[in-house]
Amino acid sequence: MPFKPIVLWTDALIYLLLVVIVFFVWYVRSNKHLLEPWRRVGHSTSGMMALTLLVFFITIGLLDTVHFRSAVESNRDTESGTIYSAEVLSLLDVIATPLRTRLEKTYSAPFATHLYTKETIELSDGKQVREFPRLVFGGANLQDPKTQFTADFASRAFIGLSFGIFIWCICAILLITLLASMGGHKFSETLSIIWRNETESPWKYVLLTLALIFSLAGTAITLSAHYHILGTDKVGQDVFYQSLKSIRTGLVIGTLTTLIMLPFAILLGIMAGYFKGWVDDVIQYTYTTLSSIPSVLLIAAAVLMMQVYTETHLELFDTIAARADLRLLFLCIILGVTSWTGLCRLLRGETLKLREMEYIQAAHAFGASHWRIISRHILPNVMHIILITTVMDFSGLVLAEAVLSYVGVGVDPSMISFGTMINAARLEMAREPMVWWPLLSAFSFMFALVLSANLFADSVQDAFNPRIKTSLIRIGKSRQGKQGNKLENKVVVSIIRDSTSP
Amino acid sequence: MFNYIIRRIFYAVPILIGVNLVTFALFFVVNTPDDMARMQLGIKRITPEAVIKWKQERGYDKPLIFNAEAEGVTKLTRTIFFEKSVSMFIFDFGRADDGRDIAREITTRMLPSLGIALPVFLLGLLSYVTFALLMTFFRATYIDLWGVVLCVALMSISGLFYIIGGQFLIGKLWHIVPISGYGNGLDATKFLVLPVLIGVISGAGSSIRWYRTIFLEEISKDYVRTARAKGLSERVVLFRHVLKNAMIPILTGAVVIVPLLFLGSLVSESFFGIPGLGSYTIDAINSQDFSVVRAMVFLGSLFYIIGLVLTDISYTLVDPRIKLE
Repeated sequence: MPFKPIVLWTDALIYLLLVVIVFFVWYVRSNKHLLEPWRRVGHSTSGMMALTLLVFFITIGLLDTVHFRSAVESNRDTESGTIYSAEVLSLLDVIATPLRTRLEKTYSAPFATHLYTKETIELSDGKQVREFPRLVFGGANLQDPKTQFTADFASRAFIGLSFGIFIWCICAILLITLLASMGGHKFSETLSIIWRNETESPWKYVLLTLALIFSLAGTAITLSAHYHILGTDKVGQDVFYQSLKSIRTGLVIGTLTTLIMLPFAILLGIMAGYFKGWVDDVIQYTYTTLSSIPSVLLIAAAVLMMQVYTETHLELFDTIAARADLRLLFLCIILGVTSWTGLCRLLRGETLKLREMEYIQAAHAFGASHWRIISRHILPNVMHIILITTVMDFSGLVLAEAVLSYVGVGVDPSMISFGTMINAARLEMAREPMVWWPLLSAFSFMFALVLSANLFADSVQDAFNPRIKTSLIRIGKSRQGKQGNKLENKVVVSIIRDSTSP
Repeated sequence: MFNYIIRRIFYAVPILIGVNLVTFALFFVVNTPDDMARMQLGIKRITPEAVIKWKQERGYDKPLIFNAEAEGVTKLTRTIFFEKSVSMFIFDFGRADDGRDIAREITTRMLPSLGIALPVFLLGLLSYVTFALLMTFFRATYIDLWGVVLCVALMSISGLFYIIGGQFLIGKLWHIVPISGYGNGLDATKFLVLPVLIGVISGAGSSIRWYRTIFLEEISKDYVRTARAKGLSERVVLFRHVLKNAMIPILTGAVVIVPLLFLGSLVSESFFGIPGLGSYTIDAINSQDFSVVRAMVFLGSLFYIIGLVLTDISYTLVDPRIKLE
């Protein structure tokens, strides 16, 4: 089927981010001293387990990033050539086509074969009864759900589980072979070393995490072919599908916000610390002003204005997806505006310290230009701060998205995200009988994502700077001595978290 | 000291002006009042007369910054900038879309907001410090390890889940307190228990972990070694010496939030139906009442700046080594 690839704004930025990461990996690999802290990350058990789970989430997110519009069959021979459908799909949508297209009428519980609400059904003999009607797709293969369900469920779950474990075995064998050839051991030796957990990196736990992921995924995939494993929502859409789609939104918010704000924070922070004088004053004034506006309110104000803009310029967007995407990007930008100040402040403090160092003065004496000193001598030495801030911010941003969507200034309502799911679930909890599964699904997926991000961030922080937290306090104190008369925040407080947490 | 405070307050003025300019640019320059009118009235059934009427009702029918038609000083004063932005400095916020005076609304709603935020703040600080200190006491044991694990897990749960879960468990399942609502005077207590409890729990993870690092850093200092060398018990060292010194970063870090407590919290107030400033802001956002949002932005930054000044002052109060010149 012909299709037209679509690169939305956030897609483009994600590709850019991938390029940046590839370049970064290549750069780190060629520098031994840069590789060392990453080795330490690789040795941490919790960090590697979290990374494995994150990679799994990122894979789903990337699959959901490749967008295209498929051709509409009937209108193929018109004058303008092929006409493409207005619906923008992603690779994930294609893989999950059964989940996406099998809509029920309304709510149905996980693994249900009947709707969650009673309806009036006309029997064949003309009588009308009120009962729970059968689902159109969920468990449609069963003749008599009451008696057959358990057996059918068990056999399918077993098939799925074995399938998942089979795939895991292949992956494990490939990994162990690779490790064996790298380490110069035999396959069986490597296996026993891993089993006894005597490898440098905790491969045993990585494999265990993979086993868990694969068996869960295998079971979920097989079962979701015939059931709605996490139920359906109000309009009958599969909740499992929604949870999968939410992952990309969360990842985009968590990563692109940082990507967008990094250049500004780095450039301004280092400039302020390096040049001092009026440059410092101007930059400090800018970030103090921005950070003194409570971030939720600034975001709310900006998003309100964005809404006005899109409403009055509807002609600019050819698809709903493009509009939702631009709003997502805008949300990232405005979140970036509110969060760059923290990093900027840290970098300024660190640069203030670094520029007095002897090696910088030596560089001055050799006649090195400002640009060269900044790029060759200062930037590499503040890299760890940038990296740690980036990974630490991620989970906070994913959580902030949910709150913002609840407040009504988050992502576009047509875009599936954890925030919109929770927002809908709030009313469902008040129903009688209660609809609990959308909330539980959003909770589990979000918890897994944020927890793995937090654990990974912790191990990165430990590896790069075991004393980062103490050094944050140090910076605050030393600045106070020097610049006590400047109006600025002395203690590093995560503003987003303070003002959004209830 | 006194001079210093006066000077700090003067430093705050340019920042407030900056905030004012940012909000002005955001609300009136990015989108003109015409755009806002069209948005509010609905894109489809819009007439030029309706737009003019809408702008007149809200006083948006003047030039943005410079009024060429007026005389003398009024060239500058009869503008949107002067009437809507400059007037905020004397706390004249104008009227909301429903015709009520915003300033009055804010003063009446401040108390319920404070009713949640203050207990959350105090109880939170007390319990977080206690737990962090206990974890430090049991450092490098399984209690400490699992405490950290629990903290990270608590941190990874969105605040919304705490509220929904708490409402469900305590309010709906166990029927201990009402799910939401608000009363006057002592009557309000039973409505405030649940939000306060949830507020404390939802902030626990990150704060306990953060305080724990502060304690751990403090414990590696020289004076602690001296105290131990004197033969003091670990309990005395920890609860008398370390606690006192570690309170400096903890208290000064907490002071910056104190003025913001007046603003309440957006999410929990609207969940629990408490008529505070947080729910006021959310309602304004949802009904796109721009003047209320603008007023809250200004008020928020004002409180934040007051918080910064208070932070500086509190440094000198708790730590005599720091002198402000």
